[in-house]
Amino acid sequence: MLTFTIRRLLLSIPTLLFISLVIFLLLQLAPGDPMAQVPLTVPPEVKQKMREALGLGQPIYVQYYKWLIQFFWVEPQVFIDWATRDTFLLGWLPDTHLSTFIDPDTGAIRPVQRAISWQTRSPIMDIVIQRMPQTLWVVGLSYVVGILIAIPIGIYSAYRHYSLFDQAGTFVTMVGFSIPPFFTGPLLIVIFSVSLGWLPSIYDTTHVVTDWASFKIQFMQMVMPVMVLALQTTAQISRYMRGAMLDNLNQDYVRTARAKGLKETTVVLVHVLRNSMIPVVTVIALGMPAIFGGAIITENVFKVNGIGQLLLTALFANDLPMVMTLTFIFAILIVLFNLIADILYGLLDPRIRYD
Amino acid sequence: MTEQAIPASPIEADLELYGALVDKEPQKPPRSQWIDVWQQFRKHKGAVFGGSFLLFITLAVVFGPFLWDVDPKALDIRNKNWRPIYQLLFDSEAKAGWAHPFGTDQLGRDIMAQMIAGGQVSMAVGWLAMGLALVIGSAIGVLSGYFTKLDFWLMRFTDLVLSLPILPLTLLAVTLFRQPLNSRFGPEGGMFILIVGIIGLTSWMQTARIVRGDILALKEREFILAARSIGTRSGKIIRRHLLPNVISPIMVSATLGLATAIITESALSFLGVGFPSDFPTWGKLLSDAVSRMQEFPERVLLPGIAISLTVLSVNYLGDGLRDALDPRLRGR
Repeated sequence: MLTFTIRRLLLSIPTLLFISLVIFLLLQLAPGDPMAQVPLTVPPEVKQKMREALGLGQPIYVQYYKWLIQFFWVEPQVFIDWATRDTFLLGWLPDTHLSTFIDPDTGAIRPVQRAISWQTRSPIMDIVIQRMPQTLWVVGLSYVVGILIAIPIGIYSAYRHYSLFDQAGTFVTMVGFSIPPFFTGPLLIVIFSVSLGWLPSIYDTTHVVTDWASFKIQFMQMVMPVMVLALQTTAQISRYMRGAMLDNLNQDYVRTARAKGLKETTVVLVHVLRNSMIPVVTVIALGMPAIFGGAIITENVFKVNGIGQLLLTALFANDLPMVMTLTFIFAILIVLFNLIADILYGLLDPRIRYD
Repeated sequence: MTEQAIPASPIEADLELYGALVDKEPQKPPRSQWIDVWQQFRKHKGAVFGGSFLLFITLAVVFGPFLWDVDPKALDIRNKNWRPIYQLLFDSEAKAGWAHPFGTDQLGRDIMAQMIAGGQVSMAVGWLAMGLALVIGSAIGVLSGYFTKLDFWLMRFTDLVLSLPILPLTLLAVTLFRQPLNSRFGPEGGMFILIVGIIGLTSWMQTARIVRGDILALKEREFILAARSIGTRSGKIIRRHLLPNVISPIMVSATLGLATAIITESALSFLGVGFPSDFPTWGKLLSDAVSRMQEFPERVLLPGIAISLTVLSVNYLGDGLRDALDPRLRGR
């Protein structure tokens, strides 16, 4: 299992490199000049200098190599510096200065050049770190809520196969599958914000939770985005849960467990459930990146300023470094969760060994 | 001593001897596979409903413009902001009437005509993108399942494409390549080609995997061996013997592909990177209406319901097809 894990980890490096190359080449092929927004009053020679400062004249492989250095070498250094300087967890360690260097001309200590966004002229990773918590809160919470709803539904509709509950559950999951989030979002806003006036329609990210009243406001504004995303998760996972339970309920070991006089709850919730969770856990891990993708739409509907919304604004503003970084972060998430799913499957099911 | 009856003729003796083997009832005519499939399919209520609704929607958007020949782009500013006809039930004062059954938008364009025109685009994108994905997916699946040398590389490639972030990349490609395609094929044609191409190129992977799995199992069977032993060439084996046998997984993934394509196209339009603004699609209509949904909720509801019902019926159709095409489930 350990060799398998190490092999998969090593294999994910060329995968990530390939994906980054695809994204990079896509951006290279794209028409459009980052200097197009510069006013016409700027003289051409100044424009040429700006172009060179952005590294636009260099060959593609040099640009790609420099991007790789930025992402995999410079940014981790900055992160380690920040972790040993400002965080509670690692702040007790001596401060590192990996991301600074001494200027050979003046002798002053200067920070290294980081990848900057063309839009805001600030380091990309700083903006991403600012936006990340909102996305993680909404997406993570929706996933947890979705799983918590889906698993009992799946168990019960498999246990009462073809009952009214099962039929209704199948219908609801089909509907949940089919209604896209960009329709459920506005629909919920019309019902709960406009007609009933119970919930706010816009997610206020500047809101700080200090006491019970402000927690209630935070809760209210999270309900709708979380539920919209959770509906998709619930539909998918409860189907898988039902299928896995159905496969296991007819197995011989279930009859044996009943025959030796175990209680029905023990049979279903211990014997069958534990075996059925094996494929479901991998589906949960595999579905995680898709939820991040869906968050792009949900964030747009509810005006959550997370990374999905950041990607959209960067796209419209032609901010290529930002787009490149964000798309690559999504790719890392996919590769990472695929890896987790594979390893979990091997760990949970002793019959599956990849060696 | 009983006397043994002497049979009248040898033929009658044979009949008596084999009497137990003769069927009591008249023989049924042989049934074709597709009749079986159809009868199993008919048992699945949801699938029948889904199939008929899909047929209805497709016919409605194809023949709708002949029945309802209002120009979807015609402005009529005096008759703007009509409500749909059902509004008269609650409120007899409402601005509504049979001239515009679904009402008109803020520029006086007829919403029913827009829905039909939008449906045409959405369904066309869905069908074409699905077709493209099916062709690519089946080709890669068959090649990689049949030719062992290609298998490793094609499947690694499929895995790599599967780990691409699809929605961000789609957004990226649409924004980046809009300009050159628009200048070559016009704003609408260029966008159409772009969206169909992107959805098709990013959704063939599941089909390829399923087809490959089935081909791997099929090519070890005796009838393939027999075909090869009489000297059938690989291309002929694939076309004559393998493809007809993998038609059912291909059909099931076709329905899933259609649903995904319709949703992706609408999502792109919703995010504002799809078709130009005066070119109605269901997603575009929905996204345009969101800003005014407090006053005119029906403008969000109508396209939203159209998208959801179409996708729902396609999903149910896929569910029923999967059951009907599976010979182990059929006849139960």
